[in-house]
Amino acid sequence: MRHLMNPLDFSVDELDRLFDLANDIEANPDKYKNACQGKKLATCFYEPSTRTRLSFEAAMLNLGGSVIGFSDAASSSAAKGESVSDTIRVISCFADICAMRHPKEGAPMVAAGKSSIPVINAGDGGHQHPTQTLTDLLTIRSLKGRLHDFTIGLCGDLKFGRTVHSLINALARYEGVKFIFISPRELMVPDYVTEMLNERNIPYEEVIRLEAIMPKLDLLYMTRVQKERFFNEEDYVRLKDFYILDKAKMELAGSDMLVLHPLPRVNEISVEIDDDPRAAYFKQVQYGVYVRMALILTLLDIHV
Amino acid sequence: MLNVGKIEEGFVLDHIKAGKSLSIYHHLQLDKLDCTVAIIKNARSNKMGKKDILKVECDIDMLNLDVLAFIDHNITVNVIKDGEIVSKKELMLPKEIKNVIRCKNPRCITSIEQELPHIFVLADEEKEIYRCKYCEEKFTERL
Repeated sequence: MRHLMNPLDFSVDELDRLFDLANDIEANPDKYKNACQGKKLATCFYEPSTRTRLSFEAAMLNLGGSVIGFSDAASSSAAKGESVSDTIRVISCFADICAMRHPKEGAPMVAAGKSSIPVINAGDGGHQHPTQTLTDLLTIRSLKGRLHDFTIGLCGDLKFGRTVHSLINALARYEGVKFIFISPRELMVPDYVTEMLNERNIPYEEVIRLEAIMPKLDLLYMTRVQKERFFNEEDYVRLKDFYILDKAKMELAGSDMLVLHPLPRVNEISVEIDDDPRAAYFKQVQYGVYVRMALILTLLDIHV
Repeated sequence: MLNVGKIEEGFVLDHIKAGKSLSIYHHLQLDKLDCTVAIIKNARSNKMGKKDILKVECDIDMLNLDVLAFIDHNITVNVIKDGEIVSKKELMLPKEIKNVIRCKNPRCITSIEQELPHIFVLADEEKEIYRCKYCEEKFTERL
């Protein structure tokens, strides 16, 4: 029995098979509509995350399965003081697979250790969010046709953003990927990320302004710059507009550069570019459902 | 100069960094053993200037070498039989240590699930970096 705790749990070959399956699901949804008939997914969400939870639930329903679960700790036995270890033993009696989100880092790993059903980490604090990374990879592979030989710009809060760290780690396994990190000095990628890239001789640049590097990018991964991350109001006011993607900045980019964003967006991507064919962030949400469908089938060892 | 006699059977931990012997005494849980223990602080050392030494009269199997290696793998472990050194144990950094140090990350699951063992795994042997098995927080203090 396998679980998914970290995007690196799957080898590059295993990810290729997962993404092939996701693309087959995309092309032939009817073929999979009863694949999980009689199977139940438990969504154990100890903190609210409507988007991720609904994506998992939609994935299971698309496969003909059903869904049980809770969407915040207050409505679970955790409110009575039950441990994660005990909860998963109980859930194992009710469901065939579990997606768990928990504010405490490592909680899904504890659950996996005690579970008799596959556990998927649906986000644990600031630690890992592997299905977001799988979504990002599938989106890139599907829309660019490859996961190698491109330049990706990652823009915004690169210090605290777990989706960014996971994506860098996942893309570092592919040949010819060059990273450009675009952020204010306060929010640059942590040292351990650049150390890892240096050790593996993976090229990267760190810049503060987005405009100059736009023509170099094959992909731009936007994240939100939160006001509370800045040391002072003055810096925030000075820098915030640098990281808002608008029509003027998009005009500097190549005609096939794609814009991704893990969402929710606040104001870092202007709505005026939503209709630009290069804006891929809503397609990314759709790929999130496909990849979760493929993941459920893979972990349940169901072949169609 | 202070003289501490030979031990007949047990082990001598030599080349302990000066001032670290009491910490090692506690982490090896020597206080729980019913045997003779000599703690020598600030002994003269050609190699280190000053060093600590621990002499313990007990079976070598009672010593948790993983804990010792985690604290300082440069410590020399001399095994004593009939008053003589019969072997030296080489200390290797353990791949995993359990319930020796605690994860300090307030966001870690170990902060709320009381019965969970605190496990750290060796993430980088060269840099001697250990990370919490659950949240991957780096352990930065030295014991």
